[in-house]
Amino acid sequence: MAEFDWLFFTEVLIGGLLSGVMYSLVAIGFVLIYKTSGVLNFSQGALLLFAALTFVSLVEKGVPFAAAFAITFAAMVVIGVAIERTVLRPLTNKPPITLFMATLGLSYIIEGAAQLIWGTQVHGLDLGIEDIPFDVGGVFISQFDIFAAVVAASMVGALSAFFRYTRIGLGFRAVADDQFAALAVGLKLPWIWASVWAAAGLVALVAGLLWGARLGVQFSLSLVVLKALPVLVLGGFDSILGAIVGGLLVGASEKLAEVYIGDYFGGGIEGWFAYVVALAFLLIRPSGLFGQKLVERV
Amino acid sequence: MSTVTADLSPPLSLPFHAGALAVLAVAYLVVPFIGSSYLFEAILLPFLALSLAGVGLNILTGYAGQVSLGSAAFMAVGAFAAYNFNLRVEALPLIGSIVLAGLSAAAIGIVFGLPSLRLRGFYLAVSTLAAQFFVQWALTKFGWFSNNSASGVIDAPPLSLAGLSFEGPVGRYLFALTVVAVLTFLAYRLVSSQTGRNFIAVRDNETAARIIGVPVLRTKLLAFGVSSFIIGVAGVLWAFAYLRTVEPAGFNLDRSFQILFIVIIGGLASIRGAFFGAALIVVFPLVLSRLGAFLLGDIFDSGVLDMTQRIVIGAFIILFLVLEPDGLVALWDRLKSRITAALRRA
Repeated sequence: MAEFDWLFFTEVLIGGLLSGVMYSLVAIGFVLIYKTSGVLNFSQGALLLFAALTFVSLVEKGVPFAAAFAITFAAMVVIGVAIERTVLRPLTNKPPITLFMATLGLSYIIEGAAQLIWGTQVHGLDLGIEDIPFDVGGVFISQFDIFAAVVAASMVGALSAFFRYTRIGLGFRAVADDQFAALAVGLKLPWIWASVWAAAGLVALVAGLLWGARLGVQFSLSLVVLKALPVLVLGGFDSILGAIVGGLLVGASEKLAEVYIGDYFGGGIEGWFAYVVALAFLLIRPSGLFGQKLVERV
Repeated sequence: MSTVTADLSPPLSLPFHAGALAVLAVAYLVVPFIGSSYLFEAILLPFLALSLAGVGLNILTGYAGQVSLGSAAFMAVGAFAAYNFNLRVEALPLIGSIVLAGLSAAAIGIVFGLPSLRLRGFYLAVSTLAAQFFVQWALTKFGWFSNNSASGVIDAPPLSLAGLSFEGPVGRYLFALTVVAVLTFLAYRLVSSQTGRNFIAVRDNETAARIIGVPVLRTKLLAFGVSSFIIGVAGVLWAFAYLRTVEPAGFNLDRSFQILFIVIIGGLASIRGAFFGAALIVVFPLVLSRLGAFLLGDIFDSGVLDMTQRIVIGAFIILFLVLEPDGLVALWDRLKSRITAALRRA
């Protein structure tokens, strides 16, 4: 091998980190719901697809950008409330794995409904950000990636502040800490769950728009969940910070592996590499980087 | 604490025995003579293969409590291993290929089950996805597995066993039926043995299981091994008896979910449940497509059908989890006891 090309390495690394931010954005949606209801919400990808499809279809029908965003967000809130009513409430106090399977069923329903309503064709989505790479000291960085990273960062900032400084955020944290105690001090669990799902819907909408602009709005959008899962495993299911760090780690290692060792495997390793990294990592720290240690009482 | 209950009836109690024998007698002596080839090709063969996969996953998820999202990967391992053993080992009888295929699937299953020694619940469920993606990638990537055919497609060899040839839909049906019957019987014996009790102990409370002397690690790996063996053989049936031509892409994540759904809808921790669940999953799309075409006519094209199917199956899952967590089996048992009670009163 010739001399190691540091410039190229940096470019790959930065590209990886920035795409990792996109993974984090999806992962945060999971974390929100896991934190407050202890459910690994598999339907997050379906929600993302639903949000992006609804938004795009509205825009194509001539609805202005802001209005389409507002309408889609309203739809996500309605869905969140409906899910709380029909799925979560009847399954309160069931084992987490039951709830997980319910969200699997939910993801089928949402995916099916989204495509039944809006059709299965691929929609292009233009957010008005051009994807022109620009030059920073010899390293090319995509403008769109930067934009996505900024959006993700502000999203995380807003959510953290929300959890930290608002009364509702305090309620969220109380429920996350101990459902029974939260109920006992008079917090309205259904209301909190509905608003958490609405918040997750908002995250899904933002992530759906960014991913949709990248890949086109179509069915495969719901598969970005599968990219987000190793991120969650790495970072821990209940940590927003973990989702960010996990996303960066997965994004960077995936790109670097694809470029530097992918050839030894004949390419196409990005489908499972993240899982292997996450697994190897889990064997050392079973609850992720920032996940809470599970204390099991017998 | 757990919502799943086990069939703790004494092993081989008479009613189960009699019922199962009656079903088998009908399946062997009546169905082959009255069934149409559509019945075999479109309903019974996929039903048998998926039921067996359901039995396999039920051992892991229902009895031992380890959720796996990678079942289709083990089916693929079974199918491709059987193909290769059959192709590359001279004079190996088909039954030998099938057993070796099951063992290969078991070996891969144990490897991907290793994380279960450290991980629980969701973390484990996610890590089984690694098996799903890795196996599918490897089978597509390395031409050797499919004897260098385009996009990894394999064709099934002719089915023959001890000089008997199983050609045609009826023959393949009888072949699949025999394999399923034997393995289901063995699975039933296993779950009602000490090992089966160990599975349940590990599922319900790992710490307590360890305290009463259950070798937890070995039990978990055994569950992964046995389950993958059965699922691997189900994969062989899927490839050799049902489709005859398969590619790795056929064993995708949706198939894994399908098998998980079979187990949930049929009833966790119940061998019979897998059959109920598979029947519903196989028959329901056919009914839906007929019904849709009948009611809506031309609007109901394949795209709409596909989406409607997804919605209804998703709704089924949630309905079952909410209303009947013990699955179709519980419904069936309740119906049966009601009928017997009514008969007694009459």
